[in-house]
This record gives sequence, C-alpha cells and structure tokens, in this order.
Amino acid sequence: MTYADLVLFLEAAVRLGIPLALAALGETVSERSGVINIGLEGSIIGGALGGALGALTFESAGMGVGVGAAAGVGAALVFAAFAVALGADQIITGTAVTIGGLGMTGAIYQARFGATGTELSLPTLASVRIPLLADIPLVGSALFDQAITAYLAYLVAPAIWYFLFRTPYGLELRAVGEAPDAAQAAGIRVLAIRFLATLFGGFLAGVAGAHLALAHAGTFAENMSAGRGFIAIAVVVLGRWDPVLVLFAALFFGAASALQFFLQALGLDLAYQIFLALPYLLTLAALAGWVGRARAPAALALPWEAQR
Amino acid sequence: MADVPAHAIQRRRLLDAMLTGLGAVALTAVVGAVLLMVGGHDPWMAATAMIRGSFGSGRTFVSITLVRSIPLILTGLAVAFAFRAGVWNIGAEGQLYAGAVAAVWMGLAGSGLPAWLLLPLVVLSALVAGAAWALVPTLMRLKLGVGEVITTILMNFVGIYVAGYMVHGPLQEARGVFPQTDPIAEAARLPMLLPGTRLHWGFGIAVLLVFALTVILRYSRFGFQLRAVGASPEAAAVSGRIDTGRVLLVSFLGSGAIAGLAGGVEVSGLTHALYEDLSPGWGYTAIAVALLAGLNPVGVVITGILFGALQAGAGAMQRDAGIPAAWVGVVEALVILAVLAIDKVRKMGAIVREDAG
Repeated sequence: MTYADLVLFLEAAVRLGIPLALAALGETVSERSGVINIGLEGSIIGGALGGALGALTFESAGMGVGVGAAAGVGAALVFAAFAVALGADQIITGTAVTIGGLGMTGAIYQARFGATGTELSLPTLASVRIPLLADIPLVGSALFDQAITAYLAYLVAPAIWYFLFRTPYGLELRAVGEAPDAAQAAGIRVLAIRFLATLFGGFLAGVAGAHLALAHAGTFAENMSAGRGFIAIAVVVLGRWDPVLVLFAALFFGAASALQFFLQALGLDLAYQIFLALPYLLTLAALAGWVGRARAPAALALPWEAQR
Repeated sequence: MADVPAHAIQRRRLLDAMLTGLGAVALTAVVGAVLLMVGGHDPWMAATAMIRGSFGSGRTFVSITLVRSIPLILTGLAVAFAFRAGVWNIGAEGQLYAGAVAAVWMGLAGSGLPAWLLLPLVVLSALVAGAAWALVPTLMRLKLGVGEVITTILMNFVGIYVAGYMVHGPLQEARGVFPQTDPIAEAARLPMLLPGTRLHWGFGIAVLLVFALTVILRYSRFGFQLRAVGASPEAAAVSGRIDTGRVLLVSFLGSGAIAGLAGGVEVSGLTHALYEDLSPGWGYTAIAVALLAGLNPVGVVITGILFGALQAGAGAMQRDAGIPAAWVGVVEALVILAVLAIDKVRKMGAIVREDAG
C-alpha cells in the first residue's frame, strides 16, 4: 500500500461516485416535492444511449451530453405523465419506466449496431485539469482532474441547497412535498411543481447516463446503468434529502465501490463478487445505523389530486 | 382522495381484473404496434412470430410457454401477497436467487438421500432461504422505519452477487471450467407433470399455492388481518384487534419464502444446476404479473402464462423476424402503464357518475 495506491483509490472513488451524485441530486429535488422516481434507472440508461448516439452523430462528446440529458428528460416525462398528472402509484409507474427504458434502449441499440454488440468507440469527455487545485496532495487529482460533468455535480449540489432552503421557490417546492393540501390552499400549483421537479431529476439522471457512456466507459452496453438508478435513490436517503450531504453520500458509495482496487492492492485475496456486493451491504448498514432517524418528506410517494 | 392508499385501487375481483387485463392487452397491442413501426419493424410479422413461438402447437405451449410461466407465476404470487398487505417487496429477484442457491446446495449435499426425503428438503431450504433474504429488509422496516423499497432492491444486487460467488467459488462444478454447479442429485429433481413434455411439477406446486393463498386471504383470520393492514395500517392498528407488526412480519417473510420457492423450483425442476444469470429479471417482471392480475392469486396464473408466452414468443420473434427480444421489456412496461391508465379512467368515470347521481 503506497501513496500512489491511495491516490488511485481516491480517483476511482470520485470517478465511480460522480454519476451517482448527479442522479441522486436530481432525485433529491423530486423527492423534496413528494415524488419518488424509481424510474430513474430508465432515465440513466436513456441518457447513456442518448449520449452515445448524440456523440456519434455530432462527433462531439459535449453534444452527446446534451442528447443524453434530453433522453433522461424524456423518460422522466413518461413517469411524470402517469405518476404526477394521472396520480398513478409512483412505485409501480417507476418500475414500468425502468423495465421499459432498459428494453427500449436495448432494442434501439441492437437495431442500430446489431445483436452481437460491436464494440463502439465514442468521442469521450476529456478530463479537465483545474490548475492549482489539482496539485493539492492526495485528493487534488481525484477531485479536480475529472470530466466536466464532475464539476457540474460539485456546482449543482450547493446550488440546489441554496434553491431549496434560501429561495421562496424552494420553500414552495418543500411545502408541496410536506403538505400538498395546505400548499394548494396557499395558492401553490402542486402538480406543476411536482412535474417540473421530476423532469429536473430526469435531466440530471440523463447527464449521469451520458457521463457513464462518454467519460467512464467510452462505449455503450445494454444494461450498463447496472442498477445505479436504484442506488441513487438509496444515496438520497443516506444523504438525508440534503443536497450537500447527498453529494458526500454518493462519494461514500463511490469509495465503497473503489475498495475493490484498494483491497486488491493490499493483496487481499477475496472473490471479486464480494467486492461487488460490498457497496450494497455498506449502504444497507449505513441506512440501518445512521439514517434510521432521518425523516422523509411527509407526502413522499403519495399520489395527489387537486382538492375541489 | 389523497388519503386512499395507492394499492387499494389495484386490488380487484377476478372478473374485474380480467376485463381490465383484456383492455390493457388491447391497448398494449395498439401502442406496441405503433412503436414497432416507428422502430422500422413489421408489427404483423412480430405478432405472428410471437404467437407461433408461444401458442403455435400444443407441444410448444406446454413445453415452452407453460415452463417459462412457472417462475413468473411463483414470483407474481410472492409480489401479490406482499402488495396485498401493503408491503412493497421489490426484492423477489434477490429472494429467488437465495432460494436457488439454497436448493442447489441441498441438492448437492444431500445426494445419497432418497427422493421422498431429499425433495422436500430441497423445497424447504428454498422457502427458508427466500424468507431469510427478506428478513433484513423486514427488520429494517419494522424496527428502524427504513422503507422496504430501497432495502429490498439493494438485497437484489447482493443476492445476484452471492449466486455469482457460489458458482465461481464454493459450489463450482468439479471440473472447474464453467461458472456453474454440478448437476444436483436425481433424487433432488422435481418429476415431470406431463410425461413426454418438459412441464415439471413446479407448475403443480404453483397451482396448489394459488389455492392455498386464495383460501388464506379470503377465509382465514390472518387473511382478514392482512387485507385490513393493506387497506389502511393506521385503521388496523387503531382497531386494537390487529397486531400490525406481526401481520407485516408474516406477510413480508411469506412473500420472500414464495419468491425463494420460485428459485428452488426452477433449479430443481428445469435447470438442475445453478449458473449466473439464472433469472432474466423475473423478480421485476413479477410486479407487472401481479399488478395485471389485480393482485388476485388466480389471476396471477393467467397473467403469468401470458408473460410466459411473451418471453417464449420473444425468442421466436428474434429468430424468425429479426426483431430484438429486448422489445419484450417495452411491451411489459406498456402493459403496466395501460393498467394504470385504465384504472384512472374508470375511477374518473365513477366520480362523474357520483356527481350526476
């Protein structure tokens, strides 16, 4: 275990944590408005395929991120149409969007690139090194020599915090998530706010998916979201619905995932499936030990209809 | 309106569920055809290939469609049972893997035992392992108030990796070549239900379970308590006669046991060994199966066979018509959304009628 190993570990932790952070930050906003979007996985996989197709079509990774974000919004639109506008059950709608998103992206991918899955090589998002900051010992290169989407996560977390807790719009959004009937009585348009909050969640999940395809893998593969939508929802709970804590929770999960490199460097001879399962087990432990007392928005997951 | 529990609207009588189901299937066919056309495929070719591959002949139906429907019916029952109690068990996938691992372990370790002893042991270990896999999320909900949606999903991933670890490590075949176990003992295998076909006794077990669950839900004291807790946990608790915690505990663990059984039955009846990717996501499809059946056990058999046909037909569709099998996921999603939309329309119809009267 050397200094260089530790630096590699931290770099991997941030790299694995960033897509989760983006998706979880968007989900924080929608959950604060009372909407739990289990269909986040559909937005992420849509963002990954959109990112890949966009980057290929426009020969630009940046455009890929844009197309990926749009695809993420598209999946969230389906979710919001049913779970918000129609007032259908959120868990069931979200499951449908996840299953449908995985199927749809698989079908489009196979139609475009063949069932065998030829290895795509995409224009990738280059790392942007921030001068001075990246030279900080130990953590500098991990935090400040990353793709541009990572910096988006750093900036969006405090921005969402400010929006939620220091602006009148944020107050309205939280009111909708805590007491929608009272919010309506106060003249707040409950469904419009929930709809927009859900689309915002889809937008960031789409960016997260594009990051996976363009900064992480440099290719698209079916099911490459690998359950990150679900993990992001757990990360929101871990972060107690506070965007800044959520960012740290995502990095914690990234570190748990990166432990496989760390422990292998230590020469620990364990089956790799144990390492793969470790982040989920740590998240369960964290949920049990630390978050048990945290309170979810009171109206979370409850469909709501305008009172007459 | 807002305080009606979400699942109350999805619980329906069988006839009602079947009408909604038929409407949802019709709606799915229309929307699915449009999507296929947009995707550049011929929906008619897709449909004919699909029907040929699932209902084409008696043999196809029994040996492919019905066999594929067995894990879907069992996990569908697991989900329906939990949802009826208001338990959001999204963890059938992980519980299924736990059951499969335990059943294979028992089937390997118990070789030498007679079938009358080993077969019940295999089934029992699958039930226990499934329930055990549900235990952590159950305790986290009951003791710590952590919602089961997230915890059951997290346990799914752990379950899949544990199964992967087993077939690469302790339970890997003696040759050590492929990530799979050795075949389980003959005495640990479920016998065939219809000689000359591939339909094994798992189908019989599923049908027996449907009867058992129907009787429990409809006629037993516990079934009444479970339905009461599902309709409104607060009201059930306030009534003072129902131990809500106990009802949730039993229904959650029972659901896990049934999902575990699905895994055990699959390895004992069909594959006779464990390997990675045993399940193509049955535990998630089960949610569509249960929902389309209106959470009604008898209905789950019908929708389970329908989804079994869909998965059997998808293979034929890819083979004969060159249409990616991944479209099945889209169709499953459309079915769920169609049920939600029809529910909504019917509810609005009821409100309009109320206002008019």
